[in-house]
Order: sequence, then C-alpha cells, then structure tokens
Amino acid sequence: MIKFDHVTKTYRTNVGLDDVSVNINKGDFVFLVGPSGAGKSTFIKLILKEINADGGSILVDGAEVTTLSNREVPELRRKIGTVFQDFRLLPKKTVFENVAFAMEVLHKNKKQIRKQVPQILSLVGITDKAHKYPEELSAGEQQRVAIARAIVNNPTVLIADEPTGNLDPATAAEIMDLLEQINLRGTTIVMVTHAKDIVDKMKKRVIAIEKGKIVRDSEGIYDVFKGEVNGLE
Amino acid sequence: MNSLIYNIKQGFTQIFRNKGMSLASVFSILAMLIILGIFFVIMVNLNLFTEMVEQDYDQIEVFILDETTMSETQGIIDKVKKQEGVTGVSYRTKAQALEIMKDRWGESGYLLDSLDDNPFPASILISVESIDDANRVAEYAGSLKGTEDVKYYQETVEKLTSVTNFIQIGALVVMAFMVIVSIVVVSNTVKLTVFARSKEIKIMRYMGATNWFIRGPFIAEGIIIGIFAALISTGLISLIYGRVAAAVGTQVMAIFSCPLIPVSYLAGNMLIIFLALGVSIGAWGSIISMRKFLEA
Repeated sequence: MIKFDHVTKTYRTNVGLDDVSVNINKGDFVFLVGPSGAGKSTFIKLILKEINADGGSILVDGAEVTTLSNREVPELRRKIGTVFQDFRLLPKKTVFENVAFAMEVLHKNKKQIRKQVPQILSLVGITDKAHKYPEELSAGEQQRVAIARAIVNNPTVLIADEPTGNLDPATAAEIMDLLEQINLRGTTIVMVTHAKDIVDKMKKRVIAIEKGKIVRDSEGIYDVFKGEVNGLE
Repeated sequence: MNSLIYNIKQGFTQIFRNKGMSLASVFSILAMLIILGIFFVIMVNLNLFTEMVEQDYDQIEVFILDETTMSETQGIIDKVKKQEGVTGVSYRTKAQALEIMKDRWGESGYLLDSLDDNPFPASILISVESIDDANRVAEYAGSLKGTEDVKYYQETVEKLTSVTNFIQIGALVVMAFMVIVSIVVVSNTVKLTVFARSKEIKIMRYMGATNWFIRGPFIAEGIIIGIFAALISTGLISLIYGRVAAAVGTQVMAIFSCPLIPVSYLAGNMLIIFLALGVSIGAWGSIISMRKFLEA
C-alpha cells in the first residue's frame, strides 16, 4: 500500500529522512513513533506530497508519488484520509456540512451527500450532533467529526497525526476503538503518536524513527529498546 | 453546470461574509474605472472632433462675395477647374451654407432661424489630388476677382491630428497603467480574504480538492465585485457626463463647431468595455492573489 524505497529528504540544515525503506501493507495498522524532529512529519508529508523527496521512490496504492505533477496531487490525496491533532474543522460549518464538504470537494452530488453523510456520522457515533457547530462539541466529538470527514470518501489509507494528542485518556481510548473499527473495514492506518500507553495497549506494528532513520520496525509495545527512543515521557 | 452554480453561490456567500473587504475591492476597482472612464470620455470626443475636422477641412473652400453674379461665379469655377491637380469643384449656395450650420448646431439650430439676413457666404469647394497641389491652388483661387476669402486648413489639420494622436497614445498608456494598478490593488484585497481563509484552503487541499475547485469561488467573488464596480462606474460617469454635456454642450458646439457624443451612445459602449475590464480585473486579481496558497 505504502512503499518507501531508499527515500532521502534533507532540509536546508538538518536531515528529514535518511535512506528510509519501509513497506506498509494493505489493511495494516501502523504506529509511527519517535522524538520530535525525528522525521515522522517528513514521512507523512512525503506520502501526501506536501514536500518532495530528494531521492528514492515512494509508492502509494501502486502509484509513484515522487514523479506526480502538481495537477495529479489531488488525485493522490483523495486516496488518503487525514486526521490531525487539532481536528482542523471548518468553524463556520455544521458537523453535517463539514463532512459534506469533503464530498463536495470531489464533486459528489446532493443525493449522494444526503445519503452517505448520515451513514458516516452514525458510524463514528455523532448522529445527534449533525447540526451543531464544531465549537459546541467536546474535543472527542470534534475528532470524531474529523474522522468522519477523513473516511467519507472511502480512502484506502487513513493518516492520523497524533489524533489523541488533545484528548483525555478515556476519550482517546474511544477514538482508538473507532480507528480500529475503521481498520477492520480494510482501511490502512498510519498513526503518528507519542502516547506510549495507547501503543502498548493496541499491540500493533510500531515503526520508530530517530534522526531520519528507522531504528525499529516490529509488532508490540512502544519502547522495546529502552533509551533508544528517548526524549519522550 | 453544477460547479458553476456552486462557484457563483460561494462567491456571493464570501462577499457577504466579508462585507468590508468586498466593499473595499469594489471601491478600488470603481476608482480606477472612473479615472479610466474620464479618459475614455475625453478620448472618444477627441476622436469625433478630429474625424469631423479631417472630413471638413480636407478641401479648399473659397468664399464668394455676395455681390458676385452667378455668371462671374461660373467663370471662377471654370478657371479653377483648369488648374493642375484639381479633381473636383462644387458650388455651395448661401442657403446651403446656412443649412449646414443649422445641422451642426443640432438642437441649438433654431437660434439661426431668428436671423433676418443669411450671414453665410456662398462658396466653391475645391478638392485636390494631393496635398502638394493644395497650396498653389488655394493661392490661385484666392487671387481671382469676386472671391472673398480662402479657408484652407491643411497644415492645421495635420498639426491637430498629430496632437490628438499624441494625446490618444498618452491616454492609452495611462489606461493600461491603470488596469495594471487596479489588478494589483484587487489582488491585494483578495489576498486578505484568501489569507483569512488559508486554513480552509489547506483543509481543502488535504481532502484532494483541485486548484480550480479552490479557486472557483474566489474568482467568482472577484468577477462579481468587478461587475458591481463596472455597473456603478458606468452609471456614475453617464450621469455626470450627461449633466456636463447638457450644461456645456452648446458652448462646445459654438466654439469647436463639433457636438459632444450623446450620453446614450457612450453609456452602452462604456458598459461593455467596463464589464469586460471589471470582470478581467476581478478574475486576474483573484488568480494572482491565490498563486502562493496553491503551490503543492
């Protein structure tokens, strides 16, 4: 599904990724961990082609990302749902409109929108909040809206950038349940996180990045090699 | 079709949500269009004036004294016809001269009816093959007995034409400059609304929106603003020009013996030009202002 082959990305002074090769299969649930500035964001930005790699090859759903033209980038992003720590909902739109907006962007018609949005809202469990505005919702509910928006167009990959970063442990656990459900439907999930307890509990594949290199790639818990993944609580 | 309606709707929504900004944009385009309009009005009138002068004065007009008899006049015509380079000679009676003047005065023509005596002299009109012949023929015709005066403005016409050409080129340069300035002003105004919505644009890009999908509503916004500015400026200039023309039209007629272009004719043309300008200024302003936000 996502394949990095000797990918290198250097910023003006520091290294983003250094000769990284990794393969994430369809249906995988992968945690991306590592200290701040290790290269996690670079990894995700490269998948979304927000930035360009200096070298190597990146395949997403069979398509080579590094050679895509600007015009082809939207097509790539439609295969990828994104969820962020700060939710990034549109404040002037209701929950329904926020999710519908993702469909409007892809020129879906009103009929499809009216049918599909309620289904997704019910999947993420916020049907009763459909006509509320984001500021009227709790943080957990807002993240559910963001997830609904990310999956409404049936992406093959869902990228979650610290989706639980702003949530209390109980709410975070609920969001993780939801993500696991989405994963069970066949969506590949790549989740960047600092939350050791969540990683330990889920027992999924963990890719640890440090100083632009993958220092560990195995199933299990957060810090198998204590001390190597440092700078965290 | 669906997306066209979507863009127009979104455009109106954005204008409504950013009333202050939209108003500022309308005013900046409006100011430019009004300045352009003033140049436009001056230019078309100048054009008309030059054309009329050229038409009128590319001939030599020899005025005949009132006491000259018909046969004497015929003699003058025959003599002139024999001159080298003369292509045509025609006779204009006193009555015809009066009619022509009445025509030119247009609505004020009735003023001439009150004259007891027709003050306009009869004349013969001489067309010449080339400008080189004109001087000689004019001099010769003026020397004949029974002629009063020779009206021959070749040089003046040439000077006038070159002056008006110069003014027109100058006006065009100023107008082009104005258009560029207004695109810059509008793009800066739109940039503020784009900036205010940069978060939304970023989200749209994450969701896989194409650049044209994102641009659409902003371009619609620019175009709607441009249309408003075009309508208002055309209205204002027509109104003011109408007033001015009504107030000084007769004086202009009397001094330059050339009418002002009627406001009805001017307004229609101006509206088309201004709509085209307003729409393109608005659209380009939007496209330019969004460039930075739509890089991959």
